[in-house]
This record gives sequence, structure tokens and C-alpha cells, in this order.
Amino acid sequence: MIARFLTAATLLAASPMLLAGEALTGEVQKQATNWTAIGMFVMFIIFTMGITKWAAKRNTSTADYYTAGGSITGFQNGLAIAGDYMSAASFLGISALVFTSGYDGLIYSIGFLVGWPLILFLMAERLRNLGKFTFSDVASYRLGQTQIRILSALGSLTVVAFYLIAQMVGAGKLIQLLFGLDYYVAVILVGVLMVCYVLFGGMLATTWVQIIKAVLLLSGATFMALMVMKGVNFDFGTLFSEAVKIHDKGEAIMSPGGLVTDPVSAISLGLALMFGTAGLPHILMRFFTVSDAKEARKSVFYATGFIGYFYILTFIIGFGAILLVSTNPEYKDATGAIIGGTNMVAIHLANAVGGNLFLGFISAVAFATILAVVAGLTLAGASAVSHDLYACVIKKGKAKEEDEMRVTKITTLTLGVVAILLGIAFEKQNIAFMVGLAFSIAASCNFPVLFLSMYWKNLTTRGALFGGALGLFTALLLTILSPTVWVQVLGNAQAIFPYSYPALFSVAVAFVGIWFFSITDKSKMASDERERFFPQFVRSQTGLGATGAVAH
Amino acid sequence: MNNDNVYRQIYANPRFQELVAKRGRFAWVLSIIMLAAYFAFILVIAFDPKVLGIPLGPDTVTTWGIPAGLGLIFLAIALTGVYVHRANGEFDRITQEILNEAQQ
Repeated sequence: MIARFLTAATLLAASPMLLAGEALTGEVQKQATNWTAIGMFVMFIIFTMGITKWAAKRNTSTADYYTAGGSITGFQNGLAIAGDYMSAASFLGISALVFTSGYDGLIYSIGFLVGWPLILFLMAERLRNLGKFTFSDVASYRLGQTQIRILSALGSLTVVAFYLIAQMVGAGKLIQLLFGLDYYVAVILVGVLMVCYVLFGGMLATTWVQIIKAVLLLSGATFMALMVMKGVNFDFGTLFSEAVKIHDKGEAIMSPGGLVTDPVSAISLGLALMFGTAGLPHILMRFFTVSDAKEARKSVFYATGFIGYFYILTFIIGFGAILLVSTNPEYKDATGAIIGGTNMVAIHLANAVGGNLFLGFISAVAFATILAVVAGLTLAGASAVSHDLYACVIKKGKAKEEDEMRVTKITTLTLGVVAILLGIAFEKQNIAFMVGLAFSIAASCNFPVLFLSMYWKNLTTRGALFGGALGLFTALLLTILSPTVWVQVLGNAQAIFPYSYPALFSVAVAFVGIWFFSITDKSKMASDERERFFPQFVRSQTGLGATGAVAH
Repeated sequence: MNNDNVYRQIYANPRFQELVAKRGRFAWVLSIIMLAAYFAFILVIAFDPKVLGIPLGPDTVTTWGIPAGLGLIFLAIALTGVYVHRANGEFDRITQEILNEAQQ
């Protein structure tokens, strides 16, 4: 019994690593400058800058800037969502997790996929029918504009900030590894490029950067997976049995290891991933780039397909790396460890199956991947400030379009500078908790308010405000008190909150808070808000009156 | 643009109520299938991970975990496909009819 408890405790301590793959943490060594990779990457930049220039000419209104004028098709948007969601860290991190623990990599990636069907079934069409530029449009549709927009802008900016820091630090480390460039050079380069895409090209350029990146990443990964499968005559049985023979852990790589242990952490993580995905501002924003609910639904179908396919590829790539990388002394240093750390196995595998040229290609794709993700985040952050805070709260919806655009551009520049500074400031910090925190806050503040605003007639401004703020605060507080921050960052011996993921508790707090403060709200304003639910409901179900739809 | 009366009129339309009920039921059933499948998977891993480590057959190392995991990925893709097919076809047709009716 005691032994079992001890095992559980050690496994629990290991579980914060779960979301760390997203942030690409740990020490890295700078590698020799890789000119092939740099050359390919320069080609990518020239090409995407050309697109940005083309997009800039078409950006004449705020609608063009924030949502590409609703001109993106469902298929394109599906690719762009996939491009927004598949980060470099998940490509390298998941294949590394498969490489070291086998089956656990599959468990991990499935968590990131299951939120998508739910977004489709419960949210996509209503979002498209109600919103214009940001998800706050939907959340504040029938509620107090000022309060709800401030709350959701705050939720958006917090999520964007943590996600962005994680991506910037990951980018700096990755580029040290792949290109042999200095950390600072890498962070500044990422910051400058992302500002260029967003500042000049808006949503149209960002979308195309994400589409191109998704296509490059999927084709590169497909090629690697095919080469791995070719080596085992396209037989999964052989792939697995060969890997079991080679791997130190033997048959253990074919079953669940220490990734998910106690039920509370497991459910909490599941909730964070599912509801968090449905509350990420840069993802939600993508639903307004298509013309109507039909295309919005299609985008989720394509996105789910591409993301699911990508996770299957990373699983094969991880096993391929066991066969081809772990057995090859070329990819190991004197002590027998993988050169550059296990996060590099996918990159080494690229070299093993496609030579130096393909290695350069995959490195360039990994860099492009980071750019696509940070550009989407920046755009979401900028629109929260310019559309929600400036145009709707400060100017009460009467802002001139050119003023709103100016605020967007200033915010984008500011975000770029802040991202670079934070990226540098957090270089040596343990940022493993940040992506987890971003998902937890999205799940505990953005998601409950947004979801109930569409589904629950009795929701009032007071309920949404108090409940959403409680959710945000609880997620933040419990994360600080959890082992990931309290022990690993702040260096205390024992965590006050025993679980790594707060979502189970903070989501519950948010929903209960919203419910309680709504039903006890007897004000005149509250009854008006409840009354406005019916027209909102009809519009959310039929699309009548939705922006970008055919005028009736 | 005052859509308010049209909205009220549509809301009172029994066909609208029927559409909403039908589409809502469909969406929730699919959501529950997805949630149940995922949480069943996660809870098996949390409580009894050995189950997924049982080999498929005596002469293979491939475990039940592989079809279970890949199955979940395919289930997610299949369910979204099913929903989009019905929502973009049948449901959107009914929606359009309701909207046309309201215009008259």
C-alpha cells in the first residue's frame, strides 16, 4: 500500500511535464550554424513577406484587418486553424515524448484533439452567427458592453501573454538548436517578423502564413512517416516489435506509463484541454474569418482531420526515431545522449530519412511554425485592445475606423516589443507552467462566460462578471499554489494545492459563481438582459442578421 | 434594421422550435459520445492502465492501447464529419425555409 502510494507520488511529480512539451523547456546547447536551414527559412520569409505586401493592399477596413473580410473558405480556415494550433513545440515535444515513453505520447496528443468536436457541436455556428471580430462580441451581445468586454479582454490578454511568452522562449531555444543562432537574435527576429505580418498584413496575411506553414509541416511530417513505414514494409506490427526490441523500456512503451496517474489530475487536465481550446482567443477569432455558419462548421471538420492526422504522424515519427535515431551513434554525443536533447529526435530523424537538405527543410518549417502561432496570438491580443477596449469600451462603439486601426497598429507594435522583452527576461526561467496556465484561464474565464451567454437565458452581466473573474482568479491562484509553480519555480518544499492542473476546480468555481450571481440578480437591467436572450437565440440558430451573411 | 419582430415571429414558429430541438439533441448526443469515450479512456489509464497494455494477440507486441488511442482520433474526425454533413444539409435546408417563410 505504501509502495503504491509512493509510486503514485513520484508519477504525480512527473505529470507537470505534461503541458511542458508545449513550451519546449529545459537546457539546450547551441548548435553549429546550419546554412541550408537558414537558406530555406529565408525563402519562406521572402515568400510570406510577398503575401503580406499583397494582403496589405487589400486591408482597407477594420473588417478586412481583423477577419480578412470574411473571405476565407472553410477548407482554408480549417488549414489555418490547424496551422494556428500545431506548434513547433508540439511537433518536437510529442515526437520526443513518443521517443522516450512510447504510448504516453499518444495519450498526450489525444487530449489536444478532443476539444475540437465539442467546439463544432456546441459553439462554432453560434459563434459565427453572433460575432463580428472577437469572441467578446458574442459574450457581450446582450449584456453590459463595458463590463463584459473589459472582462473578456482581460481574459484574452492574460491567455495571449502566457502563451506568447512560452512561444517566444521556445522559439529562442529552438532556433539556437536548429540554426545555431544566438538566443537574443532568435527572439528579436521572431518578434520583428510577427509584427510585420500582423501590422501590415492583418488577418489575411496571418491566415496565409498559417496555411502555408500547415501545408509545409504536414507534408514534411508525412514524408518522414512514409520513410519510416517504408523501412518496416508498411507494417505497424513490425514497427512496434522492432521498437520494443531496441528501446530500454522494452514492452512498457506499448502501454500507458506515468503520464496520467490520479483521477483528479486526469480529469482536470482533460477539462483544461477541452474547454481551454474552446476559450483560446486566437482560435475563436478564426471563426469570424469565414462567410457563414456553413463554412465555420466545415473549418472545424477540416481542422480536426488535419490535427488528428498530424498527431498520428508524430506518433509514427517518434517510433521511427526509436528505430533510426537511437541506434545511430551519429546522433549521440560521447555520453550516449541525443545531441541537442530528446526534443531534437524529430530533427535527427529528418536527417536520417532525407539527408541534410531535408533536415534544413524541417528546421525551416519548425521556425515557420512558431511564426504562424505567434502571429495569430498577436492579432488576437491587438484586437482585444483596439476593438474591445478602445472602440467598444472607451469610445462606446462610436470610434472612427481609422482611429481604431491606428490603435490596433500601436498595440501590435507594443505587443511585439513586450514579447521580445519578456522572451529575453524569461530565458532562464522555468516556464513549463505557462501553456498549462493559459489553457486553464481560457477554460475558467473565457469559456464559461462565452458558453453561458449563448446557452443560458438567465445569465446576467453581474453573474458573468463575478463568475468569470472568480474563475480567472481561482485558476491563477491554484496554479501559483500548485507543484508546478510553488515547488518548481518558487522552490518551496511542499505544494499547498496538490494537483498540477486547477481546471476541475476553477471551471467549477466559474460556473457556480456565474449561476449564483445571475439568479440572485433582480435588477431591472438583469430582466432586460434575459428578455434580449430570445432575439439573440434566434439569430444564433438561423444566422439572421449575422455580419457577412446575405442581407435579408 | 429592426429584426426584432422577425426574430419574435421566427421564435414562435413551431418549425423553428422543432429544428432547434432536433439540432440541439443531435449536437448533445455527439458531444456526449465524444466526452464519454475520452473520459473512459483517461479513467482507464488513471485507474487500471494495465488493461491498455494487454497485447492484441499472443505473437504480437501491439497492445489494445493502440487501437483504442487511434480509434479515439478517428472517432473525433468521424463525429465532426457526421455533424457537418447533417447540419450543412438537412438542418440548413430547414433553416432556409424558416427564413424564407419569415420574409413573407
